Amino acid sequence: MFNYQTTLGQAEFENPIFTASGCAGSGKELSQFFELSQLGAVVTKSIMLKARSGRATPRMAETPSGMLNSIGLQGPGIDLFLENDVPWLRDQGATIVVSIAGESVEDYAVLARKIRAVPGISALEVNISCPNVENRGQVFACHPETARAAIQAVRRNIGGELPIIAKLTPDVTSIVEIAQEVVAAGADSLALINTVLGMVIDTNTMRPKLAGKTGGLSGPAIRPIAVRAIYQVHAAMPHVKILGMGGVASGQDAFELILAGASAVSIGTATFGNPMAAMKVKEELRNELVEHGFHSLREAVGYAHRSEGNL
Amino acid sequence: MMGINSSAKQVLAEIVSNKKVGAYHHMVFAVGDLANSAKPGNFVAISVGGESSQLVLRRAFAIYRTFDRGQSVGLLEIVVAPHGAGSTWLANQQPGAKIDLIAPLGTAFGIPTEPVRALLVGGGYGSAPLFGLSEVLKNRGCRVDMVLGASTAMKIFAPLDGKRSVSSLTITTEDGSTGKTGKVTDAMREIIEANEIDIIYSCGPMGMLEAINDIAEEFNLMHQCSIEESMACGIGVCMTCVLPIKGEDEVIRMLRSCIDGPVVAGENVIWKANRTIPEGTWGA
Repeated sequence: MFNYQTTLGQAEFENPIFTASGCAGSGKELSQFFELSQLGAVVTKSIMLKARSGRATPRMAETPSGMLNSIGLQGPGIDLFLENDVPWLRDQGATIVVSIAGESVEDYAVLARKIRAVPGISALEVNISCPNVENRGQVFACHPETARAAIQAVRRNIGGELPIIAKLTPDVTSIVEIAQEVVAAGADSLALINTVLGMVIDTNTMRPKLAGKTGGLSGPAIRPIAVRAIYQVHAAMPHVKILGMGGVASGQDAFELILAGASAVSIGTATFGNPMAAMKVKEELRNELVEHGFHSLREAVGYAHRSEGNL
Repeated sequence: MMGINSSAKQVLAEIVSNKKVGAYHHMVFAVGDLANSAKPGNFVAISVGGESSQLVLRRAFAIYRTFDRGQSVGLLEIVVAPHGAGSTWLANQQPGAKIDLIAPLGTAFGIPTEPVRALLVGGGYGSAPLFGLSEVLKNRGCRVDMVLGASTAMKIFAPLDGKRSVSSLTITTEDGSTGKTGKVTDAMREIIEANEIDIIYSCGPMGMLEAINDIAEEFNLMHQCSIEESMACGIGVCMTCVLPIKGEDEVIRMLRSCIDGPVVAGENVIWKANRTIPEGTWGA
């Protein structure tokens, strides 16, 4: 009997295939294609304190094996989200990971306080890959001090046992250094990686294609970056669980992230191309693991790190 | 905010035929019973490039028409303009090939309960969904006039059986290679006045839709238009295809053209925003 269960911090999940924040909304649309309870967890779109219109259009440009987006965290704000989306997800029997994003350290503290008493949430993803309005729009996760401050604010206010997953950007000199900071500040696990900053210039208009000029690159194009980041962080902190993501579209892709050190895998951009992508990866990864002789997912986590002597 | 089209399904559909029509390809897919649930204005999101493709996103096409020939042989037809790598790949696929598609998606054209006089205006292959619409309107006892425009004759999509479904068809081309020389908007006023038009339906590039909306406002006519904005998923999860649209509560929101559109009331679109976030938009 193959054991597909996994854990992130104290949170337990039936299987390791999650949606990626921002790539499944709050799950309503995808529920037309499969039962959300089949996922390890639904990771909801990063929610902010207040309603947000997001950025101007065009917000999207397709790129070789990927896409750029600059949505700008469009969403209804935490109060409407907790009122409408979380109860709906609970009714679906979904395992829920709520993702939050703030513009200041205080935002993160307030968001954590609003979520601490809400039942039915398995873990909290803290997206710190967004601009800090108090620090010239510098991204929290790009500096050890601001990354630590945001995670500390959540840890101090969340109370109880709710595991914190810190979502980091790969756009840093040393992702291991940032990872160590946020773990020291109270993150139980890490989500690696967020999108990679990029730009496309339209050769007809001869201007940046996105209204926001730069955008986050996602899709298979960034998978090697994700594998590298997960591998480096797992090597430095093998006890810290990693939710891996970045261009996973097949079971083999997911297996690669597991071997690098991920304990669970989120499906993001692949869902845009195929609403059933997460279900496809779930089945294929299981087959992949069984074919390679593993009896459980856990045995395979970080297997690429084994010493030379081991086959 | 609306939800995803409750009839939408993902199917592997065989190409039944693929014929070149002017600058376009008219493609027919065997989609089974989902042909029953498609309405004029709905669209289909198609996976392109095959298994090892570097094209990760679906392409959206307005549904030209559907045929319900019983449970197993429902047909769905589209008109493809090959301009990018994805649409060119699709246009090159041969009958017998299996294509991953999701349909029907999005909103449909609203159909009046009373017989009215409707003017349908299409730009380029934007005419495709208007022929199915004209049949529905004719069956409701409506008079249907149609204006189709394009830069040149090759880019006018007006099949013979489509022409039969309308009371009058006016064609405009910018280079004068067929029909009247000029734009659709040059031909509209005369038809609106002569035929006492009650409602305008339109599909085409955004600039054309805005110009049509100006005329609709000038004559105080209802205007239903099929909008477009670059789209990644087509099913409402990515939030890229948004447009500022005013709701019944007068609040402007950035709404998804794949869920709250593609067909919207022209009077509610904030055309002047021109791809910016208008002041006062919810959450701005």
